[in-house]
Amino acid sequence: MVPTSYYLVLSAVLFGLGVVAFVFKRNIITIFMSIELMLNAVNLAFVAFSRALGQLQGQVFVFFVIVVAAAEAAVGLAIIILIHRNRQTLNVEQVNSLKD
Amino acid sequence: MTPQIAVFIVLAAVAVAGAVSLIFQRHPIHSALSLIVVMVALAGLYLLQGAEFIAAVQIIVYGGAIMVLFIFVIMLLNAGEEERTNVSRMALVGVPLGVVFLVEVAYGVGHATLHMGGAVAEAVSTRDLSSLLFREYVFPFELTSFLILIALLGALVLARREDSD
Repeated sequence: MVPTSYYLVLSAVLFGLGVVAFVFKRNIITIFMSIELMLNAVNLAFVAFSRALGQLQGQVFVFFVIVVAAAEAAVGLAIIILIHRNRQTLNVEQVNSLKD
Repeated sequence: MTPQIAVFIVLAAVAVAGAVSLIFQRHPIHSALSLIVVMVALAGLYLLQGAEFIAAVQIIVYGGAIMVLFIFVIMLLNAGEEERTNVSRMALVGVPLGVVFLVEVAYGVGHATLHMGGAVAEAVSTRDLSSLLFREYVFPFELTSFLILIALLGALVLARREDSD
């Protein structure tokens, strides 16, 4: 039986890598994928706690997180298509009309 | 080293390698394939923890539906390699802070869970999970169907061409 702390450390590492990808990537699609990576890291922590505490609620929450992630992906990718149609670019550094 | 820990180490290494690959790949489609590797490895970790239903949903919804949507959009928009730009100066501050944060989390978690042990999880089945989902959480479950419907309509409205009506 793997200790719960192993899963939590792996979850923190994956979340950190997701944050790094979110900050460093320039392509808006890749930034969106790093959000999915962070959601996955949190799901891993949920399942690990669910097993450690012997309760099933954690797995139910993971189910809801996956549903919300699916809805978020549908709307977010529609927004990305819209940005590409209006600006002809996927580089977030060129989507800066609020800053100028 | 028990077999479970060996399997955990292999799957964790695959997941971290996929996440690192997501950062270093320059082409979005390569990043998407790396993310699929991470998700499959995480599904294996869910199986290792006895969460079969979550593992199946992870493969079907994340690895199947969501990532296919991503790859479809990458192909639709013909996304090329991202151009190399100079890294922001804030990264010089942020990266050490991130490393310190990770070390602190690892240290804290390693100590905190020592006091949490003892609760040995009994074998849970998908049947228990579904009875919990459809009894105690049936209202949030029904709400998610509204959420999916609204997301569907929102995606349709957003991605619709302006000159089509």
